[in-house]
Amino acid sequence: MMFGHGEKDVGIVTYGAYIPRFRILPEEIARVWGENGEAMKNGLMIFSKSVPYPDEDVITISVEAARNALARADLDPEEIGAVYVGSESHPYAVKPSGTIVAEAIGASHFITVADYEFACKAGTAAMQTSMGLVSSGMAKYSLAIGADTSQGAPGDALEYSASAGGAAFIIGKEGVIARINRTLSFTSDTPDFWRREGQPYPSHGGRFTGEPAYFRHVATCAGELMKVQGTQPSDYDFAVFHQPNGKFPTRVAQQLGFEKKQYETGLTTPYIGNTYSASMMIGLSAILDVAKPGQKVLGVAFGSGAGSDAFDITITDEMENYNKAAAPTVKSLVERSELLDYGRYAKFKGKIVMKE
Amino acid sequence: MANPRYWRENPSRYNLIGKRCENCGTVHFPPREICPKCRRKSIGKMKSHKLSGRGKVYSFTIVHEPMPDFSLMKPYIMAMVEMEEGVRLTGQIVDCEPARLSIGMEVEATLRKLGQEGSSGIIRYGYKFRPR
Ligand SMILES: [Zn+2]
Repeated sequence: MMFGHGEKDVGIVTYGAYIPRFRILPEEIARVWGENGEAMKNGLMIFSKSVPYPDEDVITISVEAARNALARADLDPEEIGAVYVGSESHPYAVKPSGTIVAEAIGASHFITVADYEFACKAGTAAMQTSMGLVSSGMAKYSLAIGADTSQGAPGDALEYSASAGGAAFIIGKEGVIARINRTLSFTSDTPDFWRREGQPYPSHGGRFTGEPAYFRHVATCAGELMKVQGTQPSDYDFAVFHQPNGKFPTRVAQQLGFEKKQYETGLTTPYIGNTYSASMMIGLSAILDVAKPGQKVLGVAFGSGAGSDAFDITITDEMENYNKAAAPTVKSLVERSELLDYGRYAKFKGKIVMKE
Repeated sequence: MANPRYWRENPSRYNLIGKRCENCGTVHFPPREICPKCRRKSIGKMKSHKLSGRGKVYSFTIVHEPMPDFSLMKPYIMAMVEMEEGVRLTGQIVDCEPARLSIGMEVEATLRKLGQEGSSGIIRYGYKFRPR
């Protein structure tokens, strides 16, 4: 295996999530486009999706998530050596989101910052880079964020799922609440979903890309990680997968041999939609919200293009002393919601052309 | 390029970093170099002080004729917030229906977009408030 095992034990020191409070229902989107809302809802297993307010973007969402992570930890932001923000909806094409995020969390200026892109797995790529920096001793702590405010073209199937949210993980060696025993990636050239420079909306290969893209990459990556670790599905208390909708992660979990009680905790897309780079990381945050010392978690992200990053995680005794209550749980962020009609949704998402 | 003075103030705008007069204990935001109460006695005694971000609504108004950057949020709430440290800040209240808002309501600071210089210009970020 060419990748995935470091010199020293590293893991998640603290985490935080953020979900904008507005929601739209699939029935409401379907009403406008003359489609069958009930069929869309059941086909995608998405009952509502999150929508950012007009003043929210990947930078503000990343800051919220990172501040939530810092609130829970007794950690000086000046000890963070690296900030990586993974997203496919960075507000600037040129000027890293991480520069503003780092400033807004009070990090030192003597740090390395970069923005990552890999469709929906840019945030987990940031986690892996962070593991490398921490494991090698180049950084004491490294902040990895996955955040998106994704857009589906109006009327496209993606419009029912593309939502907004973020999660931030601080990776370190000391005070680890969730040890990452190993990570592993599986990557190939698969054109299932893309967006060309300057285009406002992505394009995708349609339904048939599920098998060669999502299912192949997620299942192969998860299977290989379990083989390398000598584990099987029954060894894990929780499993969380990338969630482009509610159906895909449920199906891949069942294919791999996981049961509902293992994957339901991390399955958040049915209520908030696909938060892209944050999807698996918000699911993992929901698991960390309830997980107990000694429990094991399998997390597998997927990014179109395509690749998967898998993580084998064990909750440590440190979780007992961790100040979880200092920031909102994923459940409370999901519940804190206000419904929009399509008109307000279109206005919030900038889908209406305004006079400059 | 963004206005350089505006840009230099970003760290204090993002993190609510004001100044505390070590002579009388008053916290000032935006940061000031001299305490207006103590004047000359405060010279050299103004220390950086990060506000907790928590406060209460002191007064508010509902804006129906917004500035262009706020047109998508109309009508929106602008409030004067009395921070825990005693200093009063003016800012927008988000994530709150105007009907739910009341004087004395507990709020906390959040970072949001304040505006942008067209679709090709710089995006400005800073604090707003939301119900706690
Ligand atoms: Zn004074």
